[in-house]
Amino acid sequence: MGAQKKRAAAAAAAARVSEDPDDLARQPLQAILLADSFTTKFRPITLERPKVLLPLVNVPMINYTLAWLEAAGVAEVFVFCCAHSKQVIDYLENSEWFSQPNFTVKTIESHNIISAGDALRLIYEQNVIHGDFVLISGDTVSNMSLTQALQEHKERKKKDNNAVMTMIIKKSKPSPITRQSRLGTDELFMAIDPNTKQLLYYEDKADHSKGTICLDKMLLAENPSISLHNDKQDCYIDICSPEVLSLFTDNFDYQHLRRHFVKGLLLDDIMGYKIFTHEIHSSYAARIDNYRSYDIVSKDIIQRWTYPYVPDVKFCGNRATKLERRGMYRALEIEQSRSAQVGSFTVIGYGTKIGSNSKISDSVIGEGCTIGSNVLIEGSYIWDNVIIEDGCELRHVIVCDGVIMKAGAVLKPGVVLSFKVVIGERFVVPAYSKVSLLQQPTVHDSDEELEYADNSSGTVEFSSIQGTADQSNGEMTSESSEAHKPKLGTGGVGYIWSICEGGQEEEWRHSVAPIPEDKLTELSEAMDDDQELVTQDRTALSTSGELISDSNASEGDDNEDSKDDSVYFEKEVEATFLRAVEENVKVDHVILEVNSLRLSYNMTSADCAGAVFYSMMKLAIKTPHSSASELQQNTANIITTWQKLLKSYLLEIDEEIEIILKFEEMCLESAKEFSPLFARILHILYDKDILQEDAILRWADEKEGADESDKVFVRQSEKFIQWLREASEEED
Amino acid sequence: MPDIQALVSDLASKLRKRRVQGSYETARLTAELLCAVILQHKEPTTNGAASLIEAVRRVGEQLIAANPVELAVGNIVRHVLHIIREEDLSPLTDIVGELKLSAEDDVEDIAEDENSQKSSATTDGCLLKPPLLLAVFEHLPDSATACQTFSSENIFAGKGKKLKSELIKAVNELIEDINTCREGIAEQAMELIHQNEVILTLGHSKFVKEFLCAAKEKKRSFEVFIADGAPKFEGHILAKELDKKGLKAIVITDSAVFAMISRVNMVIVGVHAVMANGGVIAPAGLHVLALAAKKHDVPFVVVASTHELCSLYPHNLEVLLNEMRCPSELLNFEEFSDCIDYGIASSSSLLHVVNPAFDYVPPELISLFVTDIGGYSPSYIYRLIADYYSSEDLPPQQKPAS
Repeated sequence: MGAQKKRAAAAAAAARVSEDPDDLARQPLQAILLADSFTTKFRPITLERPKVLLPLVNVPMINYTLAWLEAAGVAEVFVFCCAHSKQVIDYLENSEWFSQPNFTVKTIESHNIISAGDALRLIYEQNVIHGDFVLISGDTVSNMSLTQALQEHKERKKKDNNAVMTMIIKKSKPSPITRQSRLGTDELFMAIDPNTKQLLYYEDKADHSKGTICLDKMLLAENPSISLHNDKQDCYIDICSPEVLSLFTDNFDYQHLRRHFVKGLLLDDIMGYKIFTHEIHSSYAARIDNYRSYDIVSKDIIQRWTYPYVPDVKFCGNRATKLERRGMYRALEIEQSRSAQVGSFTVIGYGTKIGSNSKISDSVIGEGCTIGSNVLIEGSYIWDNVIIEDGCELRHVIVCDGVIMKAGAVLKPGVVLSFKVVIGERFVVPAYSKVSLLQQPTVHDSDEELEYADNSSGTVEFSSIQGTADQSNGEMTSESSEAHKPKLGTGGVGYIWSICEGGQEEEWRHSVAPIPEDKLTELSEAMDDDQELVTQDRTALSTSGELISDSNASEGDDNEDSKDDSVYFEKEVEATFLRAVEENVKVDHVILEVNSLRLSYNMTSADCAGAVFYSMMKLAIKTPHSSASELQQNTANIITTWQKLLKSYLLEIDEEIEIILKFEEMCLESAKEFSPLFARILHILYDKDILQEDAILRWADEKEGADESDKVFVRQSEKFIQWLREASEEED
Repeated sequence: MPDIQALVSDLASKLRKRRVQGSYETARLTAELLCAVILQHKEPTTNGAASLIEAVRRVGEQLIAANPVELAVGNIVRHVLHIIREEDLSPLTDIVGELKLSAEDDVEDIAEDENSQKSSATTDGCLLKPPLLLAVFEHLPDSATACQTFSSENIFAGKGKKLKSELIKAVNELIEDINTCREGIAEQAMELIHQNEVILTLGHSKFVKEFLCAAKEKKRSFEVFIADGAPKFEGHILAKELDKKGLKAIVITDSAVFAMISRVNMVIVGVHAVMANGGVIAPAGLHVLALAAKKHDVPFVVVASTHELCSLYPHNLEVLLNEMRCPSELLNFEEFSDCIDYGIASSSSLLHVVNPAFDYVPPELISLFVTDIGGYSPSYIYRLIADYYSSEDLPPQQKPAS
């Protein structure tokens, strides 16, 4: 397609819009609500029910969005339904939203739409949007006031016709450890002009391993000031001008609202369209993107940050619920045993029965549930009509409608049970598993909520990822796919899904369960390591850093590469040495070869000495021997044979110390057989004039201040050192 | 003519979504809505009053359920029911007191007297019944009214039109009363505020503002301390408004009331609702102020209109004494969201914010109520309630208690 054509179409759209600006100002505010997230993050639940109808604190999510839109002064909402569109439309028809005065809800239905971009193109074709509109998805909870943002947007639009979109953002510090925000989304980088609030850069898929992001230098050249944020969160509430829809139509490859549209607009300098941001501080806005955000937003609702969209306010025809002390919400007609303990920040739905000695805390229980006695429920979301028999344990899980848990069943953190699953008696569902009555689709089927595909290669990627995942947790998959039998204990009904997106190790990131402690420590250690890598000296040859820094001539190379290099170098030297032993190569030739290696790896002579010595000792230990004394004899022979090679690298005392340290390290790690012989071999080395007494004494002195564990060998060779000292005194 | 049901659900949804708040506003809207209900009510040939009472009660229940915190809704509904019952009886008094018809005021007085006798009689009747029968009685809520209307039915027949117009007149009077209650209260300002006095108030109440302004207009000179009324800080608004009127206003924090109370001659506050025992539901912080006033023997004056008079007791189950408002009034959400310690495994914060809207101030801390019908002591409130509401309309649970 030609850029010219694009431009012409956009210009035409702009002309049509700007025909009568005054008339536009009086237009009632419209909104497009996407009742489909075009992702698969909520599978397997979303195979049976659309995401927007999933209950969030006992109210289907879409109600929060619609209630907010109504309160924010939107007059007309177009609900775009795609996956399970019939369910969404049926729900809306039976709800009170169709009968509100001054607030009309219209549905647009389509089945062959696979992305937000397609949806907006379809809406553009229908020609129903006449002025500025709010673009939002049906899983957004907010209580912000739109007035100010809308006014800012209109004023900007008047001055600059290219200001087509205002994006609502909110401050939210990402975790330094997991690199994700509170809501479980990836760290987001934004560059914003602090004066005009124009968005200049948007990156939500930054590469953390490098620890860098790339900004176009033109950004810095063109803008007098830029502030770069990683502590902002995208609320996915956009105020758009009608041009946005035509832009989607012109660029028919735009699929994703952020990845394609926003980034495309920011990069495209031909048209010069601009996106601005509006930051909210005290009010609430969040989108439920994954299970973690489901958990966090639920907690925020219970703690009333979303007021007036809280359980005890009937904002959408929800059932009457009373707020009691310590943030406990209870609907009517609850049967609760006297001995049951309902803890703080818990919501209990209408007509639920709770048996004796059950403990419930930080959880949401739906309507008509039956909970037996001695049940433990912690941080879980239990939807409607669930039966939990005696003695079950549920921690940080989501349990959908109609699930039956037989007595004694246990759900580990992060489990998701989809509709009507039955868990057998005393069955323990492993952590992070997803259980559904439906089998996991092995082929990419297109009539359900669609995996968002980056390009045409998306399907291929999908299956390849699945292939590797299958290998990694083989038993589970083979159980469920080979036998085609549900393995959920006696009487259990349902299939455990294998994890196919991102693999198991990523599962905790988006789970409803809190991040496990060991994961956190692991991550923070990894982070510390990263930092150490930057500052550490080359410690490949020795573990004791403070000593090596003395003997190290070059301190320039300080990254991971040098560590690898020295390991390779050591191996090469060893190979060379072994070949020399086998083929009886002359010592001079070996020295030549090692020297060339030294040059090509850019090593010091101390490294060479260490490596050669290491190879010699390795050889000694490999030579067959039956006792320690035999080993000592072997070592002595090898040292005698190759002392010239070793000596050629021992130019200074530092290298000699290096050898002792190397030997010490070997005795501790790779060749423990030497450890009882340390003092004797030290003596041999001294006898052969490989080590001078000064080197040994200096080594002993340096070790003086070290830890007890480091001094094992100094102790062992105490007598020898003592003798050396006396000898040197006598000489004096 | 708009559909009544649409009007009702419109107001109910406004109440539900907390779009209409404050006792004055809710009272006015409720009264206007009930007026429309009466106007459009299609009367059956017999027993017009009973069906009207039923209709009003149904609407009332919807509105009360919409936001139980707004007690003014229930007050107005009960008051209108009371008016209907009263008007229903008035034809009877017409005959009894025919001679006095010329003096309308007298007739009303007698009607009221008779009515209160009658209603107290029915209340007594309730009390005399054993508790078991009471339950049966509750299921037939209109039995009492049925008796009443039966007694007056013969006289009443054919007078439906008249009843309705009388009712409309009475309810319109009520709306008028609600609209003018501020002036009624403000009239008494001169008697209470004296020259060079120091007044202390908390937050922002329209009644208090009018009250103070009325005294100022009559050339009284005095100072006003205004506690700012956290977390909404509406006291700042009041201070600015008083400044425009030329009053000396001094803003202090809520926590400084004890520090300043010794310099104060009188505390004047507005409230959310007046309970039947003479206690009040008031913006949070008022209880502290009341205690401070008690400690220093400073008169604690509550200005309230009659539509804030609530026939319920603070111990009644159906009274939601408090509303937990949005925590972001206290703490910005972004600050809260930054308080997560990522080091600990649970991703939720241990920090919580609770923002209760109201305080309950017991009657013994209140010196005087200034209402649009005069000043009363807290112990007299129950009498006012008997004048304004019929005992039949009180919630059933309360009957044994009263």
